[in-house]
Amino acid sequence: MCKKKFHAKTQRFRKGAKKENCALGRPSRLCVKFLLPCLLLFAACKREQRQFSSPPSTFKSYDVTMSDIHPGSPGMPQPVQNPSDERAFDTNEGKRLYTQYNCSGCHFNGGGGIGPPLMDEKWIYGENPENIYSTIVEGRPNGMPSFRQKIPDNQVQQLVAYVRSMSGQLRKDVMPTRNDAMNARRSEQRTERETPRRSSPAPQ
Amino acid sequence: MIETRNTTLKICVALGVALCCSSCGGIHNALNPTGPQSQNLSRLWWLFFIVCSIVFVIVMIAVLLSLRNRTGEPQVENAPVIEPPLEQERKRRNVVISAITITVIILFVFLIASFSAGRSMTAELEHKNGLNIEINGHQWWWEVRYDDVDASNIFTTANEIHIPVGVPVTFSLKAADVIHSFWVPNLAGKKDLIPGKINTIWLQADKPGVYRGQCAEYCGLQHARMALWIVAEPQEQFNAWRQNQIQTSVTPASDSQKRGQQVFLTSTCVMCHAINGTPAGSNIGPNLTHVASRNMIAAATLVNTREHLAQWIKDSQQYKPGNKMPQNNLSDADLQSLVDYLQSLK
Repeated sequence: MCKKKFHAKTQRFRKGAKKENCALGRPSRLCVKFLLPCLLLFAACKREQRQFSSPPSTFKSYDVTMSDIHPGSPGMPQPVQNPSDERAFDTNEGKRLYTQYNCSGCHFNGGGGIGPPLMDEKWIYGENPENIYSTIVEGRPNGMPSFRQKIPDNQVQQLVAYVRSMSGQLRKDVMPTRNDAMNARRSEQRTERETPRRSSPAPQ
Repeated sequence: MIETRNTTLKICVALGVALCCSSCGGIHNALNPTGPQSQNLSRLWWLFFIVCSIVFVIVMIAVLLSLRNRTGEPQVENAPVIEPPLEQERKRRNVVISAITITVIILFVFLIASFSAGRSMTAELEHKNGLNIEINGHQWWWEVRYDDVDASNIFTTANEIHIPVGVPVTFSLKAADVIHSFWVPNLAGKKDLIPGKINTIWLQADKPGVYRGQCAEYCGLQHARMALWIVAEPQEQFNAWRQNQIQTSVTPASDSQKRGQQVFLTSTCVMCHAINGTPAGSNIGPNLTHVASRNMIAAATLVNTREHLAQWIKDSQQYKPGNKMPQNNLSDADLQSLVDYLQSLK
């Protein structure tokens, strides 16, 4: 008895569901409501891509041009695309390496000091990825050392992407969003009050 | 049919017993305490386990009894509610009141026990004069720095901590990037390593032996492969080990080792690793001054053999994908000499 009742109920429920499906109806609406948002999710895949094994280098030092004059067929050589420019992971890795490899020792946090600033609009040797690549790998006169064979190629690419992000050359969504490191000191608000005292006896 | 069921039952019981026994020993086991700190914890654990088991069994017996002695359900829908006799009512009330009282008493016993265990674990001030070791958690390895009043006796190593037996050791815990947690179950409880803050924990090993530790706070991709060893040894043995670690690295003897040192100093290695006594002085990766004296590499992931070392240098990403060591395209001859050199760093 009981079983029969239950069966009838589920039957009714199924029918109801079918009817509703029909009301939703046309595949185009399903497409808009469900598939399109799914597709949108896929759009973020490239940004999130992480490549741990070093791929073959995209850059070659002969890609670098210093002036508009060049041999061969007319027209400028095509600029080389840096794959790290598209990946948020790579730009953040570049940011980590920038401090760990002590780029900040000369360029500071982009403001420059011993080396030229990196966060302004001036590019002494060109603003393209291949220019920055060759600056790091070959070095430049007046102090920039060569890191050839010291930094693996994929890490140089990450550094290049980060250096370009310092002046906002990359897409907004792939550039680093925050500092990984802790602040060097507590914020002033959280600093405990020190009692002022003299390190040497006060003058009489 | 019955026989197969019997054998299945036997197998299940045997497996269960085996499983229970397998957790009795071991170098990574909180129920195998080897120091005052972990003894404290395991006492607390057993108290909770035994009391809760007894309560569970009693409750289950009560449930089964009440199921057996259940009165039949009223068949008629609008049956008149029958008041139980006064005597039975009082008995039931007493049972409920005593059960609640016992529960509250048990909870208070638990509260007091866990509070006092926690207090005795953090009572560390009297051990300040013992050995002090600073641990810096990195993604995904442990930097270990032995502190000393004499600056020339301070040295840095990684992932393998030697301590003397029977001496309380204080650990200062720091983190370089994200939150990690220092956990050696045989010796002590967990303590977090928090960036920008110094936490302290002390522990003591009563028996010589090797104990495994593990990062116990999820810290990223290779969290599971962030382990460490604590090697507890008699004081003289520890002193000898320490004396060796303070020395700068050995100078390469053979031609191959000399070439290996050149490879190290002119390639990517030098950007992150330090070998005391050579120009290599970066502290991003583990200090390799005495790398050959360690039993494991890559935060206790691989045994420190020649093959593992070579494979790790060539392509560490196949063992620990996402770790910070890049792949190195060294020629075979260079790699052989480099491994020769690293293996000479006793």
